[in-house]
Amino acid sequence: MNAAGFPLLSLLTFLPLVGALIILSVRGDEAVVASNARWTALWTSLITFALSLILWVQFDKGSADFQFVERLAWMPNFGLNYAMGVDGISVLFVLLATFLTPLCILASWETITSRVREYMIAFLVLETMMVGMFCALDFVLFYVFFEAVLIPMFLIIGVWGGARRVYAAFKFFLYTLLGSVLMLLAILLLWYRAGTTDIIQLMATPIPAAMQTWVFLAFFASFAVKVPMWPVHTWLPDAHVEAPTAGSVILAGVLLKMGAYGFLRFSLPLLPEASAMFAPFMFTLSVVAVIYTSFVALAQEDMKKLIAYSSVAHMGIVTLGIFTFNAQGLSGALYTMLSHGIVSGALFLCVGVLYDRVHSREIARYGGVAKIMPAYALVFMLFTMASVALPGLAGFPGELLVIVGAWRVNPWVALGAATGMVLGAAYMLFLYRRVAFGRIGRDELKALLDMSPREHAIFAPLIIVTLWMGIYPQSFLDFFAATVTQLVARHEAALGAARLAGM
Amino acid sequence: MFVGAVFFPLLGATLAGFFGRWLGDRASQWVTVLCMALAAVCGTSAFIQVALGHAPAVIEIVTFIDVAGFEVNWALRYDTLSVVMVAMVTFISTLIHLYSVGYMSHDQTTPRFFAYLSLFTFMMLMLVTADNLVQLFFGWEGVGLASYLLIGYWYEKESANRAAMKAFIVNRVGDVFFMLGLALTYWTFGTIEFATMFASIDQHLGDTILGMRSLEVIGVLLFLGACGKSAQLGLHTWLPDAMEGPTPVSALIHAATMVTAGVFLVARMSPIFEQAPVALTIVTIVGASTALFAATIGCVQNDIKRIIAYSTCSQLGYMFFAAGVGAYQGAIFHLFTHAFFKALLFLGAGSVIHAMSDEQDIRKMGGIWKKIPATYAVMWVGSLALAGVPFFAGYYSKDFVLEAAYASHSVAGMYAFICGCIAAFLTAFYSWRLIILTFHGAPRADHHTMEHVHESPWTMLVPLVLLAIGAMAAGAIFVEFFVGHEWEAFWNGAIVNGAANHIMHDVHEVPGWVPLAPTVIGIAGIALAYALYMLAPQIPGQLAARFHGVYLFLLNKWYFDELYDRIFVRPARRLAYTLWKVGDARIIDGMPNGAASLVLEGTRGAVRIQSGRVASYAFSMIIGLVAFITIFLLGATR
Repeated sequence: MNAAGFPLLSLLTFLPLVGALIILSVRGDEAVVASNARWTALWTSLITFALSLILWVQFDKGSADFQFVERLAWMPNFGLNYAMGVDGISVLFVLLATFLTPLCILASWETITSRVREYMIAFLVLETMMVGMFCALDFVLFYVFFEAVLIPMFLIIGVWGGARRVYAAFKFFLYTLLGSVLMLLAILLLWYRAGTTDIIQLMATPIPAAMQTWVFLAFFASFAVKVPMWPVHTWLPDAHVEAPTAGSVILAGVLLKMGAYGFLRFSLPLLPEASAMFAPFMFTLSVVAVIYTSFVALAQEDMKKLIAYSSVAHMGIVTLGIFTFNAQGLSGALYTMLSHGIVSGALFLCVGVLYDRVHSREIARYGGVAKIMPAYALVFMLFTMASVALPGLAGFPGELLVIVGAWRVNPWVALGAATGMVLGAAYMLFLYRRVAFGRIGRDELKALLDMSPREHAIFAPLIIVTLWMGIYPQSFLDFFAATVTQLVARHEAALGAARLAGM
Repeated sequence: MFVGAVFFPLLGATLAGFFGRWLGDRASQWVTVLCMALAAVCGTSAFIQVALGHAPAVIEIVTFIDVAGFEVNWALRYDTLSVVMVAMVTFISTLIHLYSVGYMSHDQTTPRFFAYLSLFTFMMLMLVTADNLVQLFFGWEGVGLASYLLIGYWYEKESANRAAMKAFIVNRVGDVFFMLGLALTYWTFGTIEFATMFASIDQHLGDTILGMRSLEVIGVLLFLGACGKSAQLGLHTWLPDAMEGPTPVSALIHAATMVTAGVFLVARMSPIFEQAPVALTIVTIVGASTALFAATIGCVQNDIKRIIAYSTCSQLGYMFFAAGVGAYQGAIFHLFTHAFFKALLFLGAGSVIHAMSDEQDIRKMGGIWKKIPATYAVMWVGSLALAGVPFFAGYYSKDFVLEAAYASHSVAGMYAFICGCIAAFLTAFYSWRLIILTFHGAPRADHHTMEHVHESPWTMLVPLVLLAIGAMAAGAIFVEFFVGHEWEAFWNGAIVNGAANHIMHDVHEVPGWVPLAPTVIGIAGIALAYALYMLAPQIPGQLAARFHGVYLFLLNKWYFDELYDRIFVRPARRLAYTLWKVGDARIIDGMPNGAASLVLEGTRGAVRIQSGRVASYAFSMIIGLVAFITIFLLGATR
């Protein structure tokens, strides 16, 4: 039935949940529970990651179809199925989620000391929801996962966050939830029309142009907030600032990709005409996002906020790439999503390293860190450079492809995207200079220890992937080449058909 | 051999960078020097095989990106153009590594320094051996990174950090245009690989973009990119500040190699530039203006390294206008000889600074020539070569460049010729001003410093002597190959001159006074400097007081930094702050809050809404979205 011979995707999705249940059943005094919870969570996430590597090996890169498909009748009377499957667009995001989760658990090893059990459960549930969302082939199923992701994240920010955590958690929750209400309406509409919510069948059912506009706007309301696109981005900096380090990593690494994934998975294939119609609008918002948030990042005094704003700018590059509708732009957008997942996650971990030692995110409190923490300075520099898209590191191929793709559509849009290169360099180097360079002014900094073995273990895989993605990007691009080609071809065919019908 | 020339430096960088702590300072120094020496051996033999033996080669390594026809490979392209650069870069870099062993001996983190230096060399080699624009961009940005790291090497100095950031960001401004040029190149030719691109150039002569010819636009965009890296007028402000880095860095990166990458790019893209006359005219004018502009500033600066930095900027202008009039070979020839004598001058200056206990201000030097005779001698050689005095290296290349400008018979060419001649005069003048103020006259340093003046160790002198030999002989040996009778066989098609471009022949038919002019002008400049600073040392001060406005204008570098600060840096900061505090905090976040309170007030009494933040957000978000969609639809349906 599928390439693995067993329901791999369901296993990947629900294995973390099993781990969570095991943690839930542990009894004993607090220290024992905490230690057990940590180890169980780590092992569960590692096993999940190991299993997900089967996808890497067995995924057929030549095919644009959904693979590893599982299908069970869920509510047959209503045409609802439990359907899972991955194609070139989603497969690497599953891997991204399973790759980052163990690192996050490691990163929380010593920093989370209260309610460790609940924290680990929240993380495992979060992994289930993330993986499920990327695998879902049924729109309703997708919606369930898409919304359910919010719950553990809400708890992680609200319970283990910083001083203003409750405010940030509610802001995060409401912003992202409320957009989705409209999407639910749109899903109901599609369901009503087609009698099914199976994504593959929906793709085969053309939607009238007038209706596409409405559905697009409904989707937009949901996805744009998740991306986040300007001007609905302000929940993100607050959420990041208050979230614990590992929460920020997942938020930036995976959750931000959900919106863009939604555009790619639903808006583009289901609503080709509306997408084409709204493309100029999307370009405008994206370019504004790149320039506006880069400037705002330049003014930040809080390390996490700065990186959060830089995420918005990078996601602007992504949405821009998606709406170019050509292979370069789409591949670039996908690649930027992946690289941003790794690099911004790593940057938040870098901030976490300092935060764990000094308990401050204020940039002005640092300076001269390179002198006492040379290994850390090197790692931080590497990810800073990856973030400014230095060739040879992960950020570059995506940005290159998006700019090349955007030029095809409109050279001025490409110029707008490219200004991000200058501004990005400005705010990241400014951050690095204020944190790592200069003379050590404060005595408390002089006693800092360089990275511990645990921290080395967290960063090593991220460094390897960053270099790998920068030096040999083709090994990742191969995964989505066929799917992207098909997506572009279908899009053009749909537009061509619409034009014919209009004549 | 081909692979070794490029990858030995990377090996050295890796060893020193990651294992420096275990290897120790001495071992990591010498391991990088050894790797560089091996690379130089490979580079030289590659030069012999490819350039002299006429056997170009391309070595494909692996696919980098392949998306729907956008195909990029990692590959090493060895033709005459790249091999000239490879040989020059590896040779000079080896000497500078060796020199650094002596120069950086008191530094605390030498492995880091040598790792950066080798990393730079690797990136530069990747740049010159690139087979396509993306790999070239990889090297391009890589050298930028290494330059950033090395300028900010002493990161405890605020000024060094500022200079490093400035260098990176100004370079990035150029890189934006490079990137756009790359995109347009792809959509014009359907490839960014050099060989295929150049082969199909005839089919794309008429292509247009935004109402302009595509080839012209590509030329201009790439040239703007080159302006950033090669510090041409407008984007030059980072180069003088880059002198914050250790002196060997200035010699290697900011004189001999990296800054010439822009010239290399223009030469590499010569088939396209040949079809883009407007772009070439722009190149000529910008290059000529830079040559003159930087020379004027060089005349009044007091920091020994900054004088040489402006001199570099000016000489890069020469290279560009040579390329601009179509004499790419001449540009590369000047690049080649310049690498020797400019590296020599910088290293000589480093030797002076070393001797003077890290003093860089030439007003505080003087009277030291007897104490450091070897340094003094090599500074003379370097300056003679720079001024274009006959039979030194600079004489051949500078003469050729000026003759080419004259022979082009275009308005831009004449402008370049005139600017070039004036700049040649100023060059000779400031070179001897530097020598006289530094070495002659009464000592102006304090007693303590003067006692410590000493000649440098052998690791520093050997490179100086070798470079001095290069500065004396490189011109005479290679002139026939680069621009003389054998140029066609030597270049072997690596640089393309269009069918209508006969400049390589016309150069030899200019009137008899043209080849003589630079020499005469140069000697006049030397004479003036001698008269002003040696015979009548009170006059310069009087002149500065008399023409105070002009003096200040030059001393402050035409006020470029102040201007940019006023129109870019400060507004950007203000804008950033405004967008954050007003745009994000007050408007975007304020809208939900404001709408919420409006709703609350309006409906208080009628409807009982739960008060508090949560509800207000919920409510306002919905209202905001509905309003947003309605407005948009009203606009869309009309």
